Amino acid sequence: MAENKEFKVIGTRPIRHDGIDKVTGRAAYGADIHFPDMLHGKVLRSPYAHARIKSIDISKASSHPAVKCIITSDDLPLVEDTITELGETVINLKYLSDNILASDKALYKGHPVAAVAATDPYLAEEALNMIEVDYEILEPVLDVRQAMEPGAPVLHESLKKESMGKEGDHSQNVASHSQRKNGDLEAGFAAADVIVERDFSTATIHQGYIETHNATAQYNEDGELTVWCSTQGAFGVRDQLSKILKMPVSKIKVVPMEIGGGFGGKVQVYIKPIAALLAMKTRKPVKMTMTRTEVFEGTGPAPGSYIRVKLGADNTGKITAAEAHLVFEAGAYPGSAVGAGSLCIFAPYKIDNLQIDGYDVVLNKPKSSGYRAPGAPNACFASECVIDEICQKLNMDPIEFRLINGAKEGDRRCDGPIYPKIGYLETVEAAQQHHHYAESIDQTSNGKLRGRGVASGFWMNGGGRSSVTINVNSDGRINLIEGSTDIGGTRASIAMQAAEVLGLPAEDIMPAVGDTDSVGYTGVTGGSRTTFATGIAAINAAEDIRAQMIGVAANHWELRPSDVKFKDGTFLAQKNGEALQMTFKEVAAAAGGPLVGAVTASPGGAGNGFATHIVDLEVDSETGKVDILRYTAIQDVGRAIHPSYAEGQVEGGVAQGVGWALSEGYLYNDEGHMTNASFLDYRMPTSYDLPSIETVLVEVPNPGHPYGVRGAGEVPLVPPLAAIANAVSRAIGVRMTELPMSPDRVLEAMGSI
Amino acid sequence: MPKKTHVQTEINGEGVEFLCEPRQSLLEVLRDELHLTGAKEGCNNGNCGACTVRLGDRIVNSCLVLGVEAEGQKIETIEGIATSEGLHPIQQKFLEHAALQCGICTPGFIVSSKALLEQNPTPSEEDIRFWLAGNLCRCTGYHKIVEAVVDAAKSMNAEVADNG
Repeated sequence: MAENKEFKVIGTRPIRHDGIDKVTGRAAYGADIHFPDMLHGKVLRSPYAHARIKSIDISKASSHPAVKCIITSDDLPLVEDTITELGETVINLKYLSDNILASDKALYKGHPVAAVAATDPYLAEEALNMIEVDYEILEPVLDVRQAMEPGAPVLHESLKKESMGKEGDHSQNVASHSQRKNGDLEAGFAAADVIVERDFSTATIHQGYIETHNATAQYNEDGELTVWCSTQGAFGVRDQLSKILKMPVSKIKVVPMEIGGGFGGKVQVYIKPIAALLAMKTRKPVKMTMTRTEVFEGTGPAPGSYIRVKLGADNTGKITAAEAHLVFEAGAYPGSAVGAGSLCIFAPYKIDNLQIDGYDVVLNKPKSSGYRAPGAPNACFASECVIDEICQKLNMDPIEFRLINGAKEGDRRCDGPIYPKIGYLETVEAAQQHHHYAESIDQTSNGKLRGRGVASGFWMNGGGRSSVTINVNSDGRINLIEGSTDIGGTRASIAMQAAEVLGLPAEDIMPAVGDTDSVGYTGVTGGSRTTFATGIAAINAAEDIRAQMIGVAANHWELRPSDVKFKDGTFLAQKNGEALQMTFKEVAAAAGGPLVGAVTASPGGAGNGFATHIVDLEVDSETGKVDILRYTAIQDVGRAIHPSYAEGQVEGGVAQGVGWALSEGYLYNDEGHMTNASFLDYRMPTSYDLPSIETVLVEVPNPGHPYGVRGAGEVPLVPPLAAIANAVSRAIGVRMTELPMSPDRVLEAMGSI
Repeated sequence: MPKKTHVQTEINGEGVEFLCEPRQSLLEVLRDELHLTGAKEGCNNGNCGACTVRLGDRIVNSCLVLGVEAEGQKIETIEGIATSEGLHPIQQKFLEHAALQCGICTPGFIVSSKALLEQNPTPSEEDIRFWLAGNLCRCTGYHKIVEAVVDAAKSMNAEVADNG
């Protein structure tokens, strides 16, 4: 890509500001917190996937000498069974609270039932074993299709069939059904020369962040609660704590520590309210960290799904009609990502006739949560595989097919909005022109079967509320406080945007992530929104500072502010025919005191993100194992502020996609117990499982951001599932429709077992 | 509570004594007793490598070693890798190549990579990928980590050549 001459800082690759702390082990993550007098909290979890809690006897455990406090759901304030707004989502408070500590029923194995605070973590565990819970074991339901059947075990008696907003009269497990419809589906399919219809299923999977959840809480006599924790959004934690504990937000301070990965899984709270409650009752700091097994069994996985897609095209390759039926696992409480999946499924294409039905279904698994483009990877796996099969039937190149049908500016997205300038076709063209696509692959090598797959993906990207405060020091360097958790290098990408406005090198901006008492409200680091929305807040704050400094320079020269110009970090003016000039540092010194710019912004205009991936792989026909040989990921990021970290988002997304496609998945026994709740048995890709990943950043600037940023973090996880499935299917000559494509499934598809 | 054991060891070149319960892992001792929190706990059963430290002449998952086993041993943790001269070349290359995102796995990768380069100063990409397979990273896809180690090897060899 040609070097961008338009910018001085944007597009360069400075060393991230928090880098040294992170390569020396000094960076402080949530679990690194230590107070001399702190207690340790542990959670007792349901050993059953579905059970009524008849009674909990804590008397024996309470007598344990190390135990300072035991809580159950009785200790949580009673919250109403009402829908409330929480940040940018709506949530039923009763469900939120019941997921923290089960009240009447345990709805998944791992559902918290009670919690202990003790002087030592081992002794806290010992005490957990002394709590006696009397359960009435109920039959679990673990498959969405079974959960939808009449007579299936019902999780929530209060959940009545709600189809298209209408309430039914009997309890069941479908939490919602939504439908999108455009054009004339019947006429569309009648006009098709080729129709493919297939069922797909994907396993429940986990975000797999390496740092487990943690929280340390302290409650002071004046009623002030402080929680140090790992989170994608400190204000979101504060909102949830406020609702669950019925405390005013101003009484709660949430301090976001460094975060060891989240991918959508560290938005919802789990042990944070428990730590808070234990701290409130004991008046001591209480620290809690989850084990890896607790993370798998008790925190939001990404939903497993069942999806049916029917697609018709004419002989020229034009899509005439598309239909999708998506059923997502909500987990124990309503609220899967089926809505977003429904929105994304056909988004890369212009389709006049379509119908999309989405079902959110509860079942006895942990409450699902977001995972990088929530819902879109599942959905696009199904649609992009069907497209590939259509291409095979039409004997058409899959890139050619996408060029014919790809959406562009002015086309309508299936959920209504007209696309502004988007870069989907640019990613397809870049794929077509890439040397990877130009070079053919051998169909076989050493008895292994080879295949190439192509797939595209979409994620809408988010905007929303962000706040930034800039303080100019007298030496001209800048402290920048942002409300966004830095999960993958956004301190750098935010600081660089402010640096660009102020004509400073990136190193002169010192970014820090603020706690909820020290910076304005900011939404979560999620939705690929941070470099976009917090970036706009930083740009606005920097513009404010620039205006203030023009005022300082004007005063200094006894001119009007309108007489002062700013160029490349230097303030310039003409006075009595003389050219005047002051550097940024000189003006900062001349100000005679701090300059402060504080901005909160809630920009819309987040850019639609598209990606197209190409993968070559080989299948060992004896073992069924799939090896990725070559991977090229092409993505429109609008503008890469720090290209290395934009590439990093793409590479990381692809790696997670390889895991989702080939090796990851919750395994359950008949009792609904996860049987692979460790990193040994839940198999995420290692360095040895992956090839080098080639990333191509396409830059079609987003008109909604001053520098064109679209957001980059999520869309790279959307195409890999289908790209890999398409490559495996082409290699073995059988259509793969179930994820993960583990060796046994591949051998089964090949008829070998 | 089990009686604590007195352990005498050397950590990052300094003599260290501590008391620990027989059931405490080396990771727990490092983090909770000695407050060397650079080694991280990701799984506590030897699968993720975030707690990698050097024990004697080999690298170990410190969650799988008991604290009492440190008796008489030399331990090197992430805290001991940079010196008063500055960052180790591997640390520097991790920064230059943007080989970290969230950073939680980074200490383990750096300790492992250092051991690799001490044993094999000119590893191939395949060697690096094989050696580092015991360290899980969920953010980067490993691409930039491998690049950083390749480049660190190059710069360390150049340094050796300059000094030689």
